[in-house]
Amino acid sequence: MSNPLRDPRDRRIPRVAEPSVLVMFGVTGDLARKKLLPAIYDLANRGLLPPGFSLVGFARREWADEDFARETHEAVRQYARTPFREEVWAQLSEGVRFVTGDFSDPAAFDRLAETVAKLDAERGTGGNRAFYLSVPPSQFPVVVSQLERSGLHGGPGAPGWHRVVIEKPFGHDLASARELNDMLGAVFPTHSVFRIDHYLGKETVQNLLALRFANTLFEPVWNRRYVDHVQITMAEDIGINGRAGYYDGIGAARDVIQNHLLQLLALTAMEEPVSFDADALRAEKQKALSAVQIPDNLATGTARGQYAAGWQGGKPVRGFLAEDGISPDSVTETYAAIKLGVDTRRWAGVPFYLRTGKRLTTRMTEIAVIFQRAPHLPFNATDARELGQNALVIRVQPDEGVTMRFGSKVPGSAMEVRDVNMDFAYGESFTEASPEAYERLLLDVLVGDPPLFPRHEEVEVSWKILDPIEEFWAAGGRPEQYPAGSSGPAGAEALMTRDGRSWRRL
Amino acid sequence: MRKVLTDTSTSDVRTELMRSSQQLGGLTTGVVLNLIIMTDESAQYDAVRAASQAGREHPCRVLGVIARDTHSVPRLNAEITVGEDAPGQTVVLRMYGELSEHADSVVAPLLVSDTPVVVWWPTAAPAAPATDPLGVLAQRRITDAAACERPLATLTRLAASYRPGDTDLAWARTTGWRSLLAASLDRPHGEILAAEVSAEDGNPSAELIAAWLVGRLGVPVRRVISAGPGVTAVTIATADGDIAIIRPDGRNAILVRPGEPDRHVGLHRRDTAELMAEELRRLDPDEVYGEVLALLAAGAGTGQPEALAAASGEE
Repeated sequence: MSNPLRDPRDRRIPRVAEPSVLVMFGVTGDLARKKLLPAIYDLANRGLLPPGFSLVGFARREWADEDFARETHEAVRQYARTPFREEVWAQLSEGVRFVTGDFSDPAAFDRLAETVAKLDAERGTGGNRAFYLSVPPSQFPVVVSQLERSGLHGGPGAPGWHRVVIEKPFGHDLASARELNDMLGAVFPTHSVFRIDHYLGKETVQNLLALRFANTLFEPVWNRRYVDHVQITMAEDIGINGRAGYYDGIGAARDVIQNHLLQLLALTAMEEPVSFDADALRAEKQKALSAVQIPDNLATGTARGQYAAGWQGGKPVRGFLAEDGISPDSVTETYAAIKLGVDTRRWAGVPFYLRTGKRLTTRMTEIAVIFQRAPHLPFNATDARELGQNALVIRVQPDEGVTMRFGSKVPGSAMEVRDVNMDFAYGESFTEASPEAYERLLLDVLVGDPPLFPRHEEVEVSWKILDPIEEFWAAGGRPEQYPAGSSGPAGAEALMTRDGRSWRRL
Repeated sequence: MRKVLTDTSTSDVRTELMRSSQQLGGLTTGVVLNLIIMTDESAQYDAVRAASQAGREHPCRVLGVIARDTHSVPRLNAEITVGEDAPGQTVVLRMYGELSEHADSVVAPLLVSDTPVVVWWPTAAPAAPATDPLGVLAQRRITDAAACERPLATLTRLAASYRPGDTDLAWARTTGWRSLLAASLDRPHGEILAAEVSAEDGNPSAELIAAWLVGRLGVPVRRVISAGPGVTAVTIATADGDIAIIRPDGRNAILVRPGEPDRHVGLHRRDTAELMAEELRRLDPDEVYGEVLALLAAGAGTGQPEALAAASGEE
């Protein structure tokens, strides 16, 4: 039955999730405290959570409901984006519960099932559940099988919807990704599995779609006739920060390139989807990813490095091999750069350079589309010497926005052309309204709107791109050392120099 | 930075605006809209403040227009504020004498080009916003019936002169209610038989909600007078029982559904800055408002408001 009060023209009425229970595993972790719990409050504050919405925390800690509510309150006060309002908190905290237990303890999951069933009765959540697995991937199988055993996963005939949310890494290679998918698929149907890639929740990334497909200005030059190459960068200034256990053996390529950078590549390279619904968008992304070619010579087409001790942002920092929990002979890379091709009519011959690293000069994520030089310059050779290549840069973080770089005449009597920037900054044009990526993604999970979540097919095709490179790296050699605070290893510079290009400055 | 220009001209104001912006590093680029506020001295401060708060979300060039002493010699005073506590720029223009009848001649040259124009009457609404000399400059015209002397008569008048692009803050005040009502009908419910809106006497938002319900549900809607504040309850009677949202204190509401426990939900009365931020979020015509206003003028929902018996005990 359609809702008579809903009208697509009525843009003031927001999408509100149905009454539901969000069960969060790993609720005592950093991500939950700094991002997820504040995001839930922000959603409530913006009126986007339904009355009756309930939050259940599950962790080993011996907490009562009130303890968890207090911790959540603390996290909200400290990290929420929107102002704190007592009445919003009162509404939210009525539905906050906590279940103590170990993932291996069936009794704990039975208690969880009871708690959720009670919430259904008390708060009218109608059997709708989302399970957020903010836990290491090694724990996924045990949690998922416990959900199935205790009947929490729904199953045929159960009322309401049952969704599961997982975070990267989605496996560490193609085989393990398939294994993970089979394991999840045995319990939850494909459309109920939401893989969170928080980059895709960022406004700038969604704006890439608007930029490309809502305008006439960019699409005509978005191809090999005009584009020289594309650089996609995610640089971090921090080290591994005590995540040695997770990071060692994974490395920069698996941690960042496989998911974030390849997703950004897909959005940059894909053709126009026939609509913005999940299937149409995924079809185009998947097409673009399956057209990706790795370099013939992996020795010259890739680079990897490890940060060595050095000065980063005015402070001396340790090298990767000296970090706690990292073996001194570890070959895990903290920097990875890869040159890829996209074999389509649009992109043939245009290289896509992807790089990511830790302990680099600064924190920055961007997509830079670098255009070819003009085929002929009707100026004296010296007049345009300072003119670089035109560029369109989508700044994902920090300082979200779009920059266009082109040549302009320097004021004066001589004809001299120099590069200038034209800038659009989100912070300036739409201040403070940009929701956090997690707000958007959590709401999408509760509403059941999947376009911003990669499906397992995309994950698998990404591993197909990365696996041969990882195998090549594993076969021999060591990552190059680069000083912390620098822009990466010499090998990465050489990779660009060989092509007569250079990386954009970090 | 703040600058006062007395007995000045539009071109001096323009020059000063450009100079202060450049000194602050070229803030003009970030302005996404022009907001003209037609106000008087007493309402000026609050209106401009609300606009600059809303401007955090939508940085704008705010042009406050105040008509002063109509009998004096025509002259213009301007007070320019750039980059103080909010992005964007604010110019308060005080027009003396005959000049106040030609405010558009001062305002038009001060609009940022290539950028949408919104005009807002925080107090008295003009007879016909779309044909008002300043209204014609704008693609979005915002009135506030609740701030006018006779709110309901004002709505009826606005309905008669309605053009796409008109909106009213009384309508923006209904959004929270309408969202909750829409959400409560997302789930299965019995056949809808009737509805009821309780609010203070003369509350224009209540009339708009009632007319909206008449239009969407096609059932009789009763208007009930309560002691307020604002709208206090909306009830939809279904074959299975009442679905109701009750907000006695203007902050917290209780959501009632047949066969389900009552639920609390925050539903605070938003301040003008929040309402303006919502208004400015979309600048295309609000067709739904246009339709509801037409229904209201045709008598939907209003009829004769039935006074609630004092002994009802709801408050």
